[in-house]
Amino acid sequence: MVNAFTRFMQSFLKAFFKKKKQFKLGLYGPPNGGKTTLANRICQDWLGEDLGTVSNIPHETREIQIKEQVVIKSKGRELKFSLVDTPGIATKIDYEDFLKLGLKEKVAKQRAKEATKGVIDAIKWLDDMDIVIVVLDSTKDPYSQVNITIIGNLEARNIPVLIVANKIDLKKSNIKKIQAAFPQYTVLGISAKYARNTEDFYEMLFKLAK
Amino acid sequence: MLTLQFIPYREIEGLSSAKRIAKLMKVVKENKIILLQGRLKSDEEAELIRKTMEEIDDKFKGIELGVYYSEPKNEIGFKKLRAFLRNVLLGESEGITIIGPASIVKEIKQDPDKIQLLIEEAGSKKKKKTR
Repeated sequence: MVNAFTRFMQSFLKAFFKKKKQFKLGLYGPPNGGKTTLANRICQDWLGEDLGTVSNIPHETREIQIKEQVVIKSKGRELKFSLVDTPGIATKIDYEDFLKLGLKEKVAKQRAKEATKGVIDAIKWLDDMDIVIVVLDSTKDPYSQVNITIIGNLEARNIPVLIVANKIDLKKSNIKKIQAAFPQYTVLGISAKYARNTEDFYEMLFKLAK
Repeated sequence: MLTLQFIPYREIEGLSSAKRIAKLMKVVKENKIILLQGRLKSDEEAELIRKTMEEIDDKFKGIELGVYYSEPKNEIGFKKLRAFLRNVLLGESEGITIIGPASIVKEIKQDPDKIQLLIEEAGSKKKKKTR
């Protein structure tokens, strides 16, 4: 009886500490910033598989997508985490915008409905994150209230943040504008699609996880 | 007809977060653009977005949201003290928040120096500079 209890406690404590060791890494940002492209890059680099589908039509990711047990290794160090890809956060969703992009009305309405639920879920999940990567499109204006609201909420929760200025492979990319908008944060320019600066990105993850 | 409604900070100061958001949502859903004195807290902004998503349907497309707030930076000595006291005394009543229905406000452009509303009305686009 005592042995059984001891074994239970040992396995419980082991599971508890093992669980605590693996943190949740969230990808947040407005729609079409490249969150899922970055999630796929991480998963391809370390697991050899994709996490989700990407599209030029906004709100392709409409549900929280999680990849457990992602392990990245560098210079003898190891980082284990659950990767959480979230739907893009927006203040408006109009199904007619999807019609303009070629979707049929029924599909567009369904997409809009799912997208609104996705935004609600993304906001709910903020409390569960241990580290967040805010993924911004470096060709777009960073001074949007959605970006400020996301970062403000992470700051209020004391969640470590790295801002990724994605799509640096595009001519219009302007990392300096993002740095000017959020001077108190580290901003790293990457191209998740073409794997540019991903080594620096993984190095940043090790620093954030300390 | 385009309607702008100014809401002084004192009107929301004593309200709970839920009541603040309910009040703002009610005005926006009446197709009015809100000029709110001051700012919401960051968690209230997130809750406003969450609530907006719940309300979206074929008629209500969501909101446009913009906040102008000049944060005192790198101030020293008396200026720093003044900025600190201003923050303590005025709190979130400083700055201005603009919230408009997405069917009327096409975009709110903001940067550290100004905030602009791009308004879609009867097929034409008008630009209105606030500050």
